[in-house]
Amino acid sequence: MSTSTEEYLEALYNLTRESEPASTSAISKRLNITPASVTEMMHKLANERYVNYSPYQGVTLTPKGYRIAEKMTRKHRLLERFLHDVLKIGNDRVHKEACEMEHALSDETARAMCQALKSPDSCPDDGQLIPACDLGFSSCEECRKWGQDNPEKISKRKSSVVSMSDLKENQEGLISFIRGDNNVLRRLLDLGLTPDTKIKVSRVSSLKGPVEIACRGSRLALGDEIARNVFVEKVTS
Amino acid sequence: MANIASCHTTTQKKIPVSRNGKNLTVALAGNANVGKSVIFNQLTGSHQTIGNWPGKTVDSAKGFLDFDGYNITIVDLPGIYSLSTFSIEEIVTRDFIACEKPDVIINVIGAPVLERNLFFTLQLMEMDMPMVVCLNQVDLAESKGIKIDAARLENRLGIPVVPTVASRGQGIRELVARAIKTAKSPESVIETRPVTEGVPEELPAPGAGRRGRRGRHRRHRRGARFRGGIDAGLTALTALIDSENLDLDYPSHWVALKLLEGDTAITDLVRSKSPDVIAASESLAKQTEEVYKQPRFAAVASERYALANEIAADVQIQAVSKPSFVERLDRLTTQRVFGYVTSVIVIAGLLLWTFTVGNALSTLLSDALSFFQPVDPQISGSFWSILWNGLFGGFVAGVTLVLPFVIPFYLLLAIMEDSGILTRVAFMLDSAMHQMGLHGKAIIPLILGFGCSVPAIAATRIMGTRRERLLASFAITFAPCTARTIVVLGLVAVYVGIGWALALYAIDIIVMFAAVKVAMKVIPGDTPGLIMEMHSFKLPSLSVVLKQTWARTQSLIFLVFPLYMAGSAVVQLLYVYGILQPVSDFISPLTVSWLGLPAIAGILLIFGFVRKEMILLTMTVIFGANLAAVLTPVQLIVLALVGMLYIPCLSTVGILVKEFGWKSALAVSAANLITAILIGGIAAKILPYIV
Repeated sequence: MSTSTEEYLEALYNLTRESEPASTSAISKRLNITPASVTEMMHKLANERYVNYSPYQGVTLTPKGYRIAEKMTRKHRLLERFLHDVLKIGNDRVHKEACEMEHALSDETARAMCQALKSPDSCPDDGQLIPACDLGFSSCEECRKWGQDNPEKISKRKSSVVSMSDLKENQEGLISFIRGDNNVLRRLLDLGLTPDTKIKVSRVSSLKGPVEIACRGSRLALGDEIARNVFVEKVTS
Repeated sequence: MANIASCHTTTQKKIPVSRNGKNLTVALAGNANVGKSVIFNQLTGSHQTIGNWPGKTVDSAKGFLDFDGYNITIVDLPGIYSLSTFSIEEIVTRDFIACEKPDVIINVIGAPVLERNLFFTLQLMEMDMPMVVCLNQVDLAESKGIKIDAARLENRLGIPVVPTVASRGQGIRELVARAIKTAKSPESVIETRPVTEGVPEELPAPGAGRRGRRGRHRRHRRGARFRGGIDAGLTALTALIDSENLDLDYPSHWVALKLLEGDTAITDLVRSKSPDVIAASESLAKQTEEVYKQPRFAAVASERYALANEIAADVQIQAVSKPSFVERLDRLTTQRVFGYVTSVIVIAGLLLWTFTVGNALSTLLSDALSFFQPVDPQISGSFWSILWNGLFGGFVAGVTLVLPFVIPFYLLLAIMEDSGILTRVAFMLDSAMHQMGLHGKAIIPLILGFGCSVPAIAATRIMGTRRERLLASFAITFAPCTARTIVVLGLVAVYVGIGWALALYAIDIIVMFAAVKVAMKVIPGDTPGLIMEMHSFKLPSLSVVLKQTWARTQSLIFLVFPLYMAGSAVVQLLYVYGILQPVSDFISPLTVSWLGLPAIAGILLIFGFVRKEMILLTMTVIFGANLAAVLTPVQLIVLALVGMLYIPCLSTVGILVKEFGWKSALAVSAANLITAILIGGIAAKILPYIV
């Protein structure tokens, strides 16, 4: 896959999170590319089934495109963390550097980087969420135990997951993956957030405040730094 | 923390009650907010003692009950969700059950959240103790359309289940009767139909247990079951533990399960006695992680919850009910906009109530007490008369200036806490608290700080880490407590204007935020996230509210009062014998030159260290009633400002030392002092242009 395809998909990932579908003018503005070239590229991406695109309707990512876009975004943000936390590079420069490096970063190295950085959850410059990996683990503990050999052997997640902090009120999800250290994981397990448990977001608050969820008949308030690290499979009802 | 798993090394003292005959020990265990305290109060009435667990910062309540000729000691264990050793409360509970071996455990569970409560019940059952389940809050469950078949639940669990509505005393007698019966003959209380009926026993994996003697164990282990041969492995591990004769205080199959979970305390204990057992348990854990594709502790939790879910679904019927009026009101309290309005109303209402009621009570009490003797600080006369004046003055100050404000404040706060409204405020203010390196739950100790810093700092124990507790306590040392309010009102509101008094309040709160933000950077560590149960709104229980109010007032009477009395006497004597003057002269460059205050200010501030409102009282004694004649408005404001911010009072330093040690207490005091000098100096330079 070409670097430019990856860049386009990554841009779309960010744009469609803000508002779906994304307009071609927004893409051209974000990537600083002429609208004509964007339109041309969108036709190409649509042909390869990465995006759904019809003129004047805007662009959405297909599940296939979304997976790649999310992975690129993850690599980008992990790299930003690495550059910032380990190499002490300034926040004004990490984005550009990461943009260049992300296309060369293998999945294996990305996993090692995630482990070395102790499963970071946000990027340093704008605090955006680092998406979950696509490996079939339910917690970071298992990933650490798996060791470094044969990363290809690790089974992938069957369906894509979203962070609990991205769910809207009354959306439901099945607990799939909890990122972070064991203490938080244990507390959440004790409260009933075991894998495949159905939860419903009953209240989201403004200003990055907590979310309230219904789980096993009880209601829990989870602060943003907890909720953002709980990943669920969306349940569409 | 290695010793926590062993009863032989624990510091807990044994309850001096003989095990046979008519003396029984009953432990109350359960989740938070299931009405455990209400039941405890119902059972014991006023025969209670509240203290700390030996060597632990966890409240323990013990009470006594005479019932049917039995002398029953009832121990209220902390409200927890699990028996892992994640928190000190969980350790205390586990140690108590394993080491003190109560005659029977009453497991209080909340009917509205049956499944989550059963998760804890299953863990208690694993410990193989005589046990009765108290199915409480059945009325609350019914109002949500949840009906629970208690007989069926009893059957499924194989232990007695008594439905209760503790707030109305329903079912309490039966609960006690069945608990006694269970304690007396644990085996014959109920015809047991095992929880896992229909699940065939698996054979042990070949070679899993070298010296397995399965025949000795009960055929049906109650509790969670595992797939993929793990169950058989557990049975074999249990047999191995038995055959090793490890002399543990815990049942073997419970130890096996804890080893499978990877519980550090139990693992360390067993490792010191038998490495073989550890080798076997580690290999079983590895197998479990492969079968479940989850960490070992997660696999165990998942299976427990799976069983809890299955039992709950079997015994309860959930009717679809329309949200009640209370539920709709509840929704409103966390609504994006209205939630903030509610929070402001709650906090403002609390303060308004405190000052209205407090003021009335204070006037009443001081009139009554000044009848005996005037209580203004005496600064001349004989040694004995000054000593007496100081002691009595300190006492009167406690009774007339602190208690009348603090008790109504704590009363209303406890009502808000027990009803659930404060939980909503914590939810709404979580992100604001994050600015100070704290999370939403810190709002409770912070609000307490508006009454008196001492119980507020004690209340920071609800926070998880030492860092959070220290940050919250630091914030509290700046909070405008009752005594500070008196100084601000007496100096500024009376002589300069109410607007300036309010401005000082605002400045104080801004300084509090800013200081904690700085401290947050200095003290290393992360801000842990909020994990909090939002229990439903309920009518507060009078007994719980009164108990909570008393518990908080207690620390005030036992710590603040003696310090008030002794401190006042000492500082007055020091003044009379001329010891304070040199100190005051020494710091005069600071007080006079930098802060622009009269020379006497040094002495006032030393007095104020004992009790902040002494600043005001001493001044009235020295200068008479009209302070405006001696101090300029700017001086009054600066003095009040410095008085608010500088070193926390003697009692606060006392509790800081008690909770965090000398070093931290000194650091906090120094930080306060520097802040006060800085802000006070700036105010002294700027204010002349404004006032």
